[in-house]
Amino acid sequence: MSGKPKLHYFNGRGRMESIRWLLAAAGVEVCLYRMSPCLVPFSLDGSLLFQQVPMVEIDGMKMVQSRAISNYIAAKYNLYGKDLKERALIDMYVEAVIDLNELLMTHTFQPADKKEQHFATIVDKATNRYFPVYEKVLKDHGQDFLVGNRLSRADVQLLETLLMAEECKPDILVKFPLLQSFKARISNIPTIKKFLQPGSQRKPPLQEKDVPKLMKIFH
Amino acid sequence: MSGKPRLHYTNGRGKMESIRWLLAAAGVEFEEEFIETKEDLEKLRNDGVLMFQQVPMVEIDGMKMVQTRAILSYIAAKYNLYGKDLKERAWIDMYVEGTTDLMGMIMYLPFQPADTKEKNLALIIERATTRYFPVYEKALKDHGHDYLVGNKLSWADIHLLEAILMAEECKPDILSAFPLLQAFKGRTSNIPTIKKFLQPGSQRKPPTDEKFVVIVRKIFNI
Repeated sequence: MSGKPKLHYFNGRGRMESIRWLLAAAGVEVCLYRMSPCLVPFSLDGSLLFQQVPMVEIDGMKMVQSRAISNYIAAKYNLYGKDLKERALIDMYVEAVIDLNELLMTHTFQPADKKEQHFATIVDKATNRYFPVYEKVLKDHGQDFLVGNRLSRADVQLLETLLMAEECKPDILVKFPLLQSFKARISNIPTIKKFLQPGSQRKPPLQEKDVPKLMKIFH
Repeated sequence: MSGKPRLHYTNGRGKMESIRWLLAAAGVEFEEEFIETKEDLEKLRNDGVLMFQQVPMVEIDGMKMVQTRAILSYIAAKYNLYGKDLKERAWIDMYVEGTTDLMGMIMYLPFQPADTKEKNLALIIERATTRYFPVYEKALKDHGHDYLVGNKLSWADIHLLEAILMAEECKPDILSAFPLLQAFKGRTSNIPTIKKFLQPGSQRKPPTDEKFVVIVRKIFNI
């Protein structure tokens, strides 16, 4: 158990999922600590820098803030490019993916009367603003990975988002042949393939019935 | 075309302000091109220079960088404001994400409906004084250094100063329970590059007023 990163979060995707993806892709085994819904602030009293989760115990630190955690993991496991400029590209691609992720993640929380419009916004942004950029990146350099001809967190996080988007609308990649082959290719990387199999630490999509419970924990 | 970074944004704080602070603190001269109308934004989009159709956009080192955090990280690393190793970087990132959350709340305040403003302001003050400032006060107390991380000026310090000043605009005595943050504020404001940025005539932007909210809503259609 010691030496492995320890993840503190509820048993769902939320803001921890991207971190699970990165660790899994890097082949890092983790120690999971599942929070009981009513113990959120108390079980980790004093351990949460800003009283928030995610929190990951790693290398002697109790890290908080999902971006800080992801940055650290990506750099530590060489998924952050080889220099400042590659890092800049990776950051740009990842930040946009995070924006799209937020849209996808918040869909289940939308009130019933806003859901349809929110869905339309997701599809519009995904297919007009975000996916065309990554499709073009892959087309322009013709390489297997987004940056530096090598697997980076940008690829891992893009794959995560592509799969989430397909959960929302199964044919959402219909106009993006290079993203389709990217998806297949990255999914086949052994560590990622393992993560995509049942029994891994990957979490399922949030169900509507779980929303009230979550709202209680976090709001 | 000079080698100076060129910033594309509205003539207001928004998401570009932290970038202006960081460049200024690093002593980097920069140029600005202001988006004043919807048509200005459309032109940038049609010219294909906005990767995700959004601003901030900063032309720097041959790149047209977008996404605020990407831009900030690049500048911080380039100008040695990002710590000396991975662990210092981790701490800087954690601290910066905290101040980003706080400043984000303050940034959106002018855009909120009038009937929620009072409640939101109260929440900002509560978060600032119970969630965020205690963390930075403790960090300074625990190590007794002048700077948050690594005994050296970093992005975290510049960002914290920006957040403190914004919070004080919300409530002038908001630092009353935080003596170390008060000293930090005095000290960091006196760093020559930052002192210069804090003087009238610099590229620092004023707080967003109601008139500017109207302009921003028109430009971004929000």
